[in-house]
Amino acid sequence: MIELALVLAIPLAAAVLLALFGHYRVAADINSAGSLLTLVAAGMLTIRVISEGPLVVLDEQFFVDPLNVFLIALTALVGFTTSLFSRPYMRIEHDHGRLSASRLRLYHSMFQMFMCTMLVALSTNNLGILWVAMEAATLTTVLLVALYRTPSSLEAAWKYFILCGVGIAQALFGTILIYFAAERVLGPLGGALLWTHLDVVKGGLEPTVLSLAFVFLIVGYGTKTGLVPLHNWLPDAHAEGPTPVSAVLSGLLLNVALYAIVRCKVLVDGALGTHFAGNLMMGFGLLTVVVPAFYLSRQKDVKRLFGYSSIEHMGLITFAFGMGGPVASFAGLLHMTVHSLTKSAIFFAVGHAAQMAGTQIIDNIKGLIKQSPTIGWGLMLGALAILGMPPFGVFTSEFMILTTAIKHYPWATPILLTALGVAFAAMFGKVQGMVFGEPTGRPLSHNPALLPVFLHLGLVLMLGLWIPPYLAEWYRQAARLIG
Amino acid sequence: MSPSLSQGIPLASQVINLCAAIMLLIGFAMLAQRRVLTLINLFMLQGFVLFVSTLIVALTTKQNHLLWSAGLTLLLKVIALPYILHRLIRRLSVKWDIETLLNIPTTMLIGIALVIISFNVAQPISQISGTITRATIGIALACVLLAFLMMITRSKAVPQVIAFLAMENGLFFAATSATYGMPMVVELGIALDVLVGMVILGVFFFQIREQFDSLDIRHMERIKEE
Repeated sequence: MIELALVLAIPLAAAVLLALFGHYRVAADINSAGSLLTLVAAGMLTIRVISEGPLVVLDEQFFVDPLNVFLIALTALVGFTTSLFSRPYMRIEHDHGRLSASRLRLYHSMFQMFMCTMLVALSTNNLGILWVAMEAATLTTVLLVALYRTPSSLEAAWKYFILCGVGIAQALFGTILIYFAAERVLGPLGGALLWTHLDVVKGGLEPTVLSLAFVFLIVGYGTKTGLVPLHNWLPDAHAEGPTPVSAVLSGLLLNVALYAIVRCKVLVDGALGTHFAGNLMMGFGLLTVVVPAFYLSRQKDVKRLFGYSSIEHMGLITFAFGMGGPVASFAGLLHMTVHSLTKSAIFFAVGHAAQMAGTQIIDNIKGLIKQSPTIGWGLMLGALAILGMPPFGVFTSEFMILTTAIKHYPWATPILLTALGVAFAAMFGKVQGMVFGEPTGRPLSHNPALLPVFLHLGLVLMLGLWIPPYLAEWYRQAARLIG
Repeated sequence: MSPSLSQGIPLASQVINLCAAIMLLIGFAMLAQRRVLTLINLFMLQGFVLFVSTLIVALTTKQNHLLWSAGLTLLLKVIALPYILHRLIRRLSVKWDIETLLNIPTTMLIGIALVIISFNVAQPISQISGTITRATIGIALACVLLAFLMMITRSKAVPQVIAFLAMENGLFFAATSATYGMPMVVELGIALDVLVGMVILGVFFFQIREQFDSLDIRHMERIKEE
């Protein structure tokens, strides 16, 4: 109880504090300290859930089970490392005159607010609150994407707001439909939006309504996950926002949106007793893997490139959850973890690389390894990891997804393999061009914080070689919940 | 639902159906309206109709929490949001703006098709719904889709946002007609999100105009797909 309250209250308090003092130099320290405290609280919460089992608290409005506690821990961890990375990064941006002190205040405050909304979305038991938190997460990130106030950043933010606003409105309609179906079973006072209650009676919910609801929900939350054809906002938002924001968008927000879909899928599966929801997710997932793979080679902006790569991986995870079953769901959860860690590490490296080169255009970034071996190798290893090279964890999860596909849906395997191959060819060539050769950029005015990059990559490497038994058990439990 | 609800309903039910019909009509009117100022007034009217219908549902079914949500509608959609919008267009001096809309007849025809689709989609839901307002679920969905269509066909920022808010009206109407409203905490959260979103967008309008010298979204499109 107290742990969960802390997990939610610390970022909120930090956001308020930073709204007042965010323009002082100490703001970056407050930001990191707040994120560290959140991480500690999330760790305590995790230990509590592992030892005592699922937790339902605060008038049943919040609950924590193996599925979301793992995402809460991941969110708190990446939030903390991102705040470490953003210290030198934002200071350099400030030195370059791209951001004024008041913008920095907005940035710091909104960063914490964003963390808070995501943690609420993950821990709430109420599907309505989940929606409200997702919408609030959109609003905070709209402000973050538009932070530089350049024409293209405003355009990206506008597009993001309109597309996700429309999308999430569909999700609200889906939520209303679920409430409608549940109210008939649970009655008006039965907490018909509370997931734990819904889970108990899911077999008795009206199947036609639930299947209609799921269509609206997957379109709605799918827009935020970046599922094709609703992905248009994603590359723009990643390219135009400050890099720490790109890192948390890719690493965390997409996961949270996908989490919302998965939660709803559990209910719909229970009500329908068919593979309808899974088929829909597999269809969206496959499309989302294939389309961006072919866009990758046409990208000129490095952050757009990795934005498209995030779409592709979200497609893969959606496909894995769509297949269902213990192995595929396990692989999906593992892939969520390793993708978050790897992609945020890549964005950390890319952020500093772009600062050194003074541009985000791939062709103008050269010789990173010579100029700064840590940034160069960080980017190179990150790219290899995200492309699914062994021994990194992404390989493990992709291997598991592919083998499950071969077993149950053999027709999908060649499509997936082709897409992964095309993505490899497109991305590897571009990254090679950036890390090797003669450097063109100038050195950074502050030492970059590259500890997060190697911490993340180290964790991904570890997950590729050896998944700690308690973590594996945890994934297994969560996979069982998803079904 | 309790049996008492099925008695003495016809009048209230008819009034609610009338409200639903007016909502739909306003949805179409917004689709074809070229003046920004009139658009805001139409939005206000739609909010008011929503308020009236929620109030009637609340009074006839004695669902007290619906009274609160009716009050919330009145406060937010009839007073606060139109006030913010009026202020915005005055300060942006786009009050008398007229947008050139292409193909109003085609848009209207697509709108009619959307209404037919919504009725078809909503039919199975209406059949199992026990609320006195069940006939209006299709209309609520139609309002959402019409607002969606409006969003696609508009190129100026302010009408796009009004379309977004109208969509929210439709959703709220759906919630009232299918289930007698969502739990209060959720409704409050949604209202807060809408209000905060509106304030953020208000700031955005000025930024957009400063950067693009126009509130026309077509002037954006500088980010090109490479």
